This record gives sequence, structure tokens and C-alpha cells, in this order.
Amino acid sequence: MDFKLKIWRQKNRDDRGRFVEYEVKNISPDASFLEMLDILNVELVKKGKEPVAFDHDCREGICGSCGLVINGRSHGPGRGIATCELRMRGFKDGETIVAEPWRAKSFPILKDLIVDRTALDRIIAAGGYISSKTGAVPEANSIQVPKPAAEEAMDAASCIGCGACVAACPNSSAMLFVAAKVSHLALLPQGKIERKERVLKMVEQMDKEGFGNCSNNYACEAECPKKISVTHIARLNREFLLAEIG
Amino acid sequence: MKLDSKIPAGPIEKKWDSHRFNMKLVNPANKRKYSIIVIGTGLAGASAAASLGELGYNVLAFSYHESPRRAHSIAAQGGINAPKNYANDGDSVWRLFYDTVKGGDYRAREANVYRLAQVSGSIIDQCVGQGVPFARDYAGYLDNRSFGGAQVSRTFYARGQTGQQLLLGAYSALSRQINAGTVKFFPRREMLEVVLVDGQARGVVCRDLVTGKIETYAANAVVLATGGYANTFYLSTMAKASNATAIWRAYKKGAAFANPCFTQIHPTCIPQGGDYQSKLTLMSESLRNDGRIWVPKKKGDTRRADQIPEEERDYYLERMYPSFGNLVPRDVASRRAKEMCDKGYGVGPTSLAVYLDFAESIKRLGRHVIEERYGNLFDMYHEITAEDPYKGPMRIYPAVHYTMGGLWVDYNLMSTIPGLFVLGEANFSDHGANRLGASALMQGLADGYFVIPYTMGDYLASTKFKPVKVDDAPFVEAQGGIEGLIKKLMSINGKKTVEEFHRELGKIMWDNVGMGRNRAGLEKALKEIPKLREEFWKNVKLVGESNDMNAELERAGRVADFLELGELLAFDALHREESCGGHFREEHHTEEGEAQRNDKKFSYVAAWEFTGVGKKPILNKEPLKFEYVKPSQRSYK
Repeated sequence: MDFKLKIWRQKNRDDRGRFVEYEVKNISPDASFLEMLDILNVELVKKGKEPVAFDHDCREGICGSCGLVINGRSHGPGRGIATCELRMRGFKDGETIVAEPWRAKSFPILKDLIVDRTALDRIIAAGGYISSKTGAVPEANSIQVPKPAAEEAMDAASCIGCGACVAACPNSSAMLFVAAKVSHLALLPQGKIERKERVLKMVEQMDKEGFGNCSNNYACEAECPKKISVTHIARLNREFLLAEIG
Repeated sequence: MKLDSKIPAGPIEKKWDSHRFNMKLVNPANKRKYSIIVIGTGLAGASAAASLGELGYNVLAFSYHESPRRAHSIAAQGGINAPKNYANDGDSVWRLFYDTVKGGDYRAREANVYRLAQVSGSIIDQCVGQGVPFARDYAGYLDNRSFGGAQVSRTFYARGQTGQQLLLGAYSALSRQINAGTVKFFPRREMLEVVLVDGQARGVVCRDLVTGKIETYAANAVVLATGGYANTFYLSTMAKASNATAIWRAYKKGAAFANPCFTQIHPTCIPQGGDYQSKLTLMSESLRNDGRIWVPKKKGDTRRADQIPEEERDYYLERMYPSFGNLVPRDVASRRAKEMCDKGYGVGPTSLAVYLDFAESIKRLGRHVIEERYGNLFDMYHEITAEDPYKGPMRIYPAVHYTMGGLWVDYNLMSTIPGLFVLGEANFSDHGANRLGASALMQGLADGYFVIPYTMGDYLASTKFKPVKVDDAPFVEAQGGIEGLIKKLMSINGKKTVEEFHRELGKIMWDNVGMGRNRAGLEKALKEIPKLREEFWKNVKLVGESNDMNAELERAGRVADFLELGELLAFDALHREESCGGHFREEHHTEEGEAQRNDKKFSYVAAWEFTGVGKKPILNKEPLKFEYVKPSQRSYK
């Protein structure tokens, strides 16, 4: 398959950036989107030009490193996949594909398609955990967790922290990301003790990082590679209100 | 070089306890006066950094990722072992110990394996305490499943995302310490050198991957938790950035490298599609619980799977190994798959695949049960191959997946360089010549949560440290060396890309040092690798600048190291004239085609000592004594 590409190139944080057009030919329909970029990059290096910088690592949809807005959608067309899982067979031969980085004030662009998502780590560091010290925990089966709660917690915990929800949201809100963690821990008996403090601190940090608010667009859920439901945002709001009341 | 494994005296079940009592302690008020550098924040590194931080040490943690949550531990799927005996099926610390020593084909150190089995239960407690959402039964208790190489159900799991959940648990503990200020985290930093002062590891040289700046950091001790070296083979199930640079540069500074030829080929991966392919994708071993492996009985059978009647299928693992069936250990399953394909029974477009079939389980248990157990894996398979595994069997083929070899460590997890500790996959310790499924997560977390917090204290309390600063000569020299290396790489300006060199190396490795190894092939590899390395240093082409984000430069350094490590791997494989676990020398097998060990000559750890690039390394041997598990021909029949 052949493709025309319009790719965002930006030298560093301070550069203005621009779209640059490329062509790639003879791509296998089974190749992933990132493998298509690999092929482009080898060609660019051979010509002495700088390859397109993009974040990636596991290439099986779990590390959350990769993330491109492709033809206007976070992680491109398709549901429930990360960019690395996107295959070229889903595009039309000869199609023009536009690839750009996550766009959000809280995710400054470092280079080309790479953004700085450490704001998400700072939200977790503010309180996204259970404060159990190494060794200071009871025997595992002394804590029973109802199966439905464990399953729902797991649904939320499967968040890969890629930031697609932020990029998809018109308000650049990180509510789905924060909700996933708050919900995961609030559903478990181990997480109940710190639930109030946790939600207040995480939301405070989220606001400090400059993420917007939720206005019920649900674009986050639509683009989440792990199909995390917006019902977790509802739980985040309830947890927050309960904590505010005291 | 003298190898002292420092195994404590006494009966095996008392060794760890008595050692813990005998170790020196650092007074709580003095802990913050000690700095510890932790390189890598996957399962082993994050759990170590968090636990050391909780104790009050001043921890500096580094990762080449933007966040600890991106480490490749996250991709582990199937589970983590612990002999809780919740299944009431006869499990015990002894049995896990026995299974692991036997599974490793009697090439692991008994004392380490026993300790691993001993602390593994605490890991599950710890993870549950952190909120890891393990699978549960309807009463709310933890559920278990079976894994290869064991006849008990001792594997704890969180769907097919166990590694993710455990890493997020360790990451949360680490984040808590970052917030508390005991750990300082340095994202997007790649360690390029260990700094030695008077023979002690006292610091590191790193490159800031955003600005390109070369930085030095000093501390009292250095911990490497940087994973394995499977990417030497180019195509593997590793993440793209996984590399051996940290352990390799430590090797060149004097740390012994143990059993490099012990590499694991995982039996259930999605077969290679085409030359564009950048990595191979694993399908968890847990699938072998409910999937049956088969090939057509007729050679070169090109019919579709659903057109091959039951009586014309060969469920060869069930036929050859009636008691373990599809759950034989990984090395056995991989070798048999290769054998079937080599004999012409392979399926699919390349004939380099066998079937993994769920039809019977789906019929017996219902689709929803299979979906609950393996849903994400089935989806992943569907995405990659565009085939629906609920409707027809998966096609699978072995791929390089894990490296049991690594830097040599003593019982305290310290390398042959004083003050340089090595954890997780980066060390050689517990898996012998073959790792059992669901044991990698166990070892990474055992090292980080429950071993290093004690042994580090003992080292710090019993060692004299002279004050060091980063402007001291050893730091300045090490920094200069790295700056020189980068300058050299940038100035070659040849014609071939790093990617091309890496692929070529991978092909040499897979063809000659892969699943079946023989003298002629290994000797060929030992000629070709140095040739390729020489060409690399004359003809590699880099673009961009060194004082900027530059992925090509990052990879160039890593591939340069793989081009040296690959040679040591082949060299070790050539020297080990026996077959054991994942190391299969075609010259040494039983009549039934199983690996044939030579305990008289090779019951030792081969710890290699660096003497110069392209020069013959020195072999140091740590003899292995088996006092509790008597070595025998491994049998899974």
C-alpha cells in the first residue's frame, strides 16, 4: 500500500512547529502504524534527514508510551487500541494520513510527536495509592473482595496512562485518568481508609497542572485504548463531593 | 577473579533467617546520610527504590522512560507464583523450590531459589495491600491458575495483565516515596557508565535524553535493575528500548557476566509476518491451560484448520508428555514446536507455526469463561492477525522472550564490583537454564521488596566510604569517556542505519545461537559478529545532534553493546558442551530428543570476566552443589 503523510515536525519545546509532507510506498497491510513510521525513518536517515521522533516501547498496547492523533483521532481510527496496535490495513491505499502529537496545555511538546506527560505522574504522586509499607500488610486472603468490586476495580486499573483521554477532550481534561485511579482504589476495601484524602489531593494536583474540566462529551471514553467507562467519572464526582462534605 | 557466593551456612530453610539476623543494621537516624542510585524502575527497580526510600535512605532513581509505569515489566501477562496452597493441592515452599530448581535444569543456586520460594508469599500479601486487583472467586478470595512446569495451581493473576497491575502497584509505592521526598526520580535519563572509586561503585554517568546533556551522580552504592538482553536477537518479545547497556558497561568495568547463553525462547508467540516487523508479540503461557497444541498428521497439509478432521490431528505434546501435556515447561514446548516445523508439519503461510486451539474449551466452558480469562489476549491476536481466535485456532511459534543469564551476583545480590547490586532479570541468579512461567514477576519483586532492603543495609553498615564529589577525577574521567564515545559515534557518517545493523545482528544470532545450537553454527557466529561490529564502527550513519533528543544516537549506543554481547553469548554457548534448559546443543540430546546435561563437567555457573573488546574473556567457575534437589534427567512424561 502507498500513503501520503502529513506529519507534525517541531524541533523542540520553543519551536513553532509545522506539518511536513512525506510519501511511503509498498507498505504491507499487516504492518502497524509505527512500523510504517519505522520504514519512513530509515529512508529519512539514509537521506541524511532527521527521522520523525515519536514515543513508543512495548508495541503491544500496554506501556502507554505511544500516542498520536491520527486523522484527528487519538490513537487513530478503531476502538480500544493504542497507536502501536493500529494496522495499515484499516486505511485506504493512496490515502493521505495526518499525524500529530497530543495537543494539551499540560502536555508540552518535546520534539515532533513526543510530549511531556509527567503531569500525570505528579497527579499519582499526590495521592494515587494506598499507603502500605513494604512488609506491613496482612495475609493476602484475610482481605476478601467481592468479585464484582474486584472486576470493576480491574476495569479501571487497566488504564495505561497514555493521555489519549486528555488529547480527545475539548477541555483537555484528565478526569478519566484521575477517575480510573480513584475508582480502582475506592472500590477495594484496602483503599477505603484514604479515599477522602486521596480524591482531594489528586483533584487539587489535576487542577494545578492546568487540565480542564469535564463537560460530558465522552470523547475520552470513545478514544480510550482500554475502553474505560465514563461511569468512573461519576464515581470520581461522588467521591469528591463526599470528601468535601467531610 | 575470586567468586564468593556468600551462601550462609546451615540448613537451607534456615539460611535466610539466620543471615538476616547476622547482617549489620544501619541506625534509623543514619539512613538518610546514605545515598543509593537505582537504575531502572521496572518491577525490580521500582520495588527496590520504594522500599529503600521507605527505610529512609536517600534514593536517586533513574529511567530512560518518561515514567516508571512504562517499563517492560508492564507487558507480563500470565501471572505470579506463590506457594500459598490456596488450591489445597499440595503446594508448599519446598515444592516451589523443587519445581524451580528442576525447571531450571539444575543450573541455579539452591540457596537463592529457596529464598525466592520463601518470600514469594509475602509478595502476594504486599500486592494485595497495595490494591492490586487480582482475580477472585465468588466468595471474594484470591483465585489461582496453573502454569507450565508445575502440577499445582499457584499462579495469581489479574486477567492477562498481571505485569501491568504489579508494576502499577510498585509504581504507586514509588510515587508515594517521590511525594515524601525520600526518592528523587530522574525521567528520560539513560545510564551509560558506572563510576568506580577505589574499586567501589560510587556513581553513574547518565545522558539526559531530552537535552543530550551528560551528567554524573555520586552515591554510596549503585543498584542496576535494567532488565534482560533478549533484544540482542533484534526480534524478540522485548520492548523496543529494552537494552543491555547498563549491565554491559558494568561488565566492561569488572562485573562478571554469568551464563549469557541461557536465553529463553517462549513457545507461544504470534509468528513472524514480514520483513517490516519490528517485534514479536507474546501470547501468555496461561493460554496453554485451556488451549491444545496440534499440527496436522500429514506433512505439508495446506487445508484450513477447520477442514482437518480430529483423527488427522497430532496433539503432539499430549502424546509425548501424557502427565504434563500442554503444560510442559517453555524450553520443551518450544523445542518440540520447532522440531514439528522442521519436519514439515508446520502450518500457516510460512509453515513456521503450530496451532493453539480453544474449540474444545469454548465448547466445555462456554465462550464467556474463555473471554473472562483471556479476553485481552484474544483481542490482541485478532488485531495483529485479523483472524478471530474464538472461531479458529491461533497460530503460534517460539520467540526469544527472556534471558536467565546476567551479571553474576552473590547471595546478597552484589556483583563482583563492591557496591554494585543487580536485581531482577539483569542478574543471573534464580532461574538456572530455564525460567518457569510466572516466576519473572516473582523474582523481580522478591529482589526489590524483600532482599535488597536487608542486604543493602548490611553493605552500607559494614563498609568504609571516603567522601566523593562529582568533580573528583574518576567522575570527570568517566564523563569524558562517554562524551568521547558519543562524539565518535556521531562522526562516523557512514551509509548503513543503526536499524540495519541491529537486524543483521539479530539474524546471525537467531540462525546460529537461537533455539538449536551446534558447533559449526556457533563458530560461524563468532566470525560474523566481530566482522559486523567492525563494519558498524566504520559505516554506521547517524543524523541529528548529540545535544538534542536523538533516538538514533540512543539506539546506536545500545546496538554497539549488543554487537559485543552477542559475541560473548555465542562464546558461552560454544563452551557449554551440553544441553540444559533453554540452551540446546544439537550434539547433546537423549534418544527421545530431550536436553542431555553433563553434570560432571558443567555443573557450574560460568562467570565471564572482560579482558578487552574482541579478546577472549576469562572463565571463572562457581561450582553448583545440589544438597536438597538431586539432579536427574528432567522428565515431564
